[in-house]
Amino acid sequence: MTRGRWRDRCVAALGLTLIWVLLWGSFTPLTFIGGLLVAVVVLIVFPLPPVTYAGRIHPVGLLRFGLRFVYDLVIASAQVVVLAFRFGHTPGSAIVAVSLRAPSDLGLTLTAEALSLVPGSLIVDADRERGVLYVHVLGVSSALEADRFRGDVLDLERRIIQAFGSAAERRVISSGAPS
Amino acid sequence: MNTVLDWIAYACLVIGALLSLSAGVALMRFPDLLSRMHAATKPQVLGLLLVLLGCALRLRDAVDVTTLLLVAVFQMATAPVAAHMIGRAAYRAGQARADLLVVDDLADVADPANRR
Repeated sequence: MTRGRWRDRCVAALGLTLIWVLLWGSFTPLTFIGGLLVAVVVLIVFPLPPVTYAGRIHPVGLLRFGLRFVYDLVIASAQVVVLAFRFGHTPGSAIVAVSLRAPSDLGLTLTAEALSLVPGSLIVDADRERGVLYVHVLGVSSALEADRFRGDVLDLERRIIQAFGSAAERRVISSGAPS
Repeated sequence: MNTVLDWIAYACLVIGALLSLSAGVALMRFPDLLSRMHAATKPQVLGLLLVLLGCALRLRDAVDVTTLLLVAVFQMATAPVAAHMIGRAAYRAGQARADLLVVDDLADVADPANRR
């Protein structure tokens, strides 16, 4: 077993322990040791598939991504509310294919998660080999708007890579044409 | 100070509740399954976060706040997965109304599951 795999397992064990302590609501030696035991048992019984993560977390990028995510969440929620109360109007929609520029498993998953949490966009299908996301967008009435949405998704991918990506992924993003 | 926090908590709770109400209205009004999935899974994300924030500001107790934090984390981790699985199944079962889609990139893909 490689060293990176051990590091991943330690991170997973600590994460599970943290959840256990949060569930108990108080940090005592008993909850910590108990949580650690449960985490080790869980990881032995249900081993995680190996995740290749070559990047590191960039605090500034993470902050920018987080703030922009909250902003998107509020704006998009308001848009869906407006659509819901616009009687006599049927909202159009579109399924847009977006090819990510630097598709790693983690990048694809994070982009899909962030996209799904924001109202108005829903992942219908994902092609892992080619790094393509098929996104259902609500409130789109023309092909031009669908194209604009594709640019928004690529911007989101750029922010995610700037927050979590590896050096190679960041190079791909910064060398690519601005969308 | 506590009064201010209480008022912020009330505002969060009311806005969160209104967002959930709008989700219910959208669920009734939207034309097809994929559009309804937006209403069924999303407005609660912000609505629920606001309700949880309101509760946390009102309770101000470490044990309760950590539990609320876990609720938020698990909701945000699981909601997209559920939405994706239902949306994908609906599309493959032919439940998406093609007349409402201005662009459908997925229809062009020679997907083995869509090939008939």
